[in-house]
Amino acid sequence: MSERRVELDVLRYNPETDRTPHFQRYSVTCREEWVVLDALNHVKETVDPTLAYRWSCHMAVCGSCGMMINGEPKLACKSFLRDYPGVIRVEPLAHFPVERDLVTVIDDFIAKLTRVKPYLIPKEAKPIEAGEYRQTPAQLKRYKQFTLCINCMLCYAACPEYGMIPKFMGPAAISLAHRWNQDSRDGGRAERQEEIAATEGVWECSFTGACSEVCPEHVDPAAALQRVKIKSTIDWYLAHTMPWLNK
Amino acid sequence: MAQSNKPIVWGPFAAGGTLTAFLTPALILLTLLAGLGHVPELLAYEALRAFASHGLVKLGLGVVIFLSLWSAAHRLRITCYDLGVRADTLVATLVYAVAIAGTLAAAVYLLRLPAA
Ligand code: SF4
Ligand code: FES
Repeated sequence: MSERRVELDVLRYNPETDRTPHFQRYSVTCREEWVVLDALNHVKETVDPTLAYRWSCHMAVCGSCGMMINGEPKLACKSFLRDYPGVIRVEPLAHFPVERDLVTVIDDFIAKLTRVKPYLIPKEAKPIEAGEYRQTPAQLKRYKQFTLCINCMLCYAACPEYGMIPKFMGPAAISLAHRWNQDSRDGGRAERQEEIAATEGVWECSFTGACSEVCPEHVDPAAALQRVKIKSTIDWYLAHTMPWLNK
Repeated sequence: MAQSNKPIVWGPFAAGGTLTAFLTPALILLTLLAGLGHVPELLAYEALRAFASHGLVKLGLGVVIFLSLWSAAHRLRITCYDLGVRADTLVATLVYAVAIAGTLAAAVYLLRLPAA
């Protein structure tokens, strides 16, 4: 197995001692088949135990290792060293405040996620004795793709609108709202529309499509947002041209 | 939070975008053909003029022209914003006004066509 000397330029920031973040260069010997997360772990184990970053699963399911690698939002556990010749620049996810080194403050995203109620709000109360909910494959297909989101926030780091307008609900939160709205068991759309049909909801999106390009799970959040726009537009025209439909 | 009124401008933008995505390639092709001197019989000036003088066709053409202009105007507005022109209200007023003026001009010309 071949090895390679890998140089990493890692953004460091310690709120207790640093006034501004700075880059630190690490040079470690890595195996060719390693990912960037392996290289960071190797640095932490052998060179600098103070380096801070998040990770857990090492298999692209937990969504915690998102960072900017050579300026692009990536999962560190899915980014192979062999795809990065030369010095690799590693920074915390863009558009989020830095807590320490590569660790960001994600409260804003969590708050938005909470606001869209990303869980089943049953259409009608159903006692357990009434048995399970049934869905046809076609009903499942309407939302399945949007269940794949791992909340990694790469789409927020990629989205220029979120960078400009921090109030924007952003790709993942709206995609997840759409996921539940599309679910035949769910009856919570009106509650979620309160958040996502607002100006700071889907309407700050200008369809740059960057979210879908960086999404590691191929959720295609941009498509979800476009569908939410179309549905919200139909809602709006119905509400304003046929007011008798309003409750 | 309040429901946004953005659908007023976005609705025709999306409709126009979808429409022009289909129409533009056909128009380019036909223009090229015409430029090379191959105007299909069906699309000759007299035939088109007669076609356009039906009331319903006039209405349809008016709608198509409005949606296409509106969609282009809205796209331009967003492009301006992305290029750093942040006077959004001014830009929006300008580009939408041009789209409406174009639609009105088209409507005037369509109405002046003698009815079939
Ligand atoms: S939509 Fe994709 S990029 Fe965005 S948080 Fe979910 S998995 Fe990550
Ligand atoms: S460590 Fe879990 S997604 Fe990378």
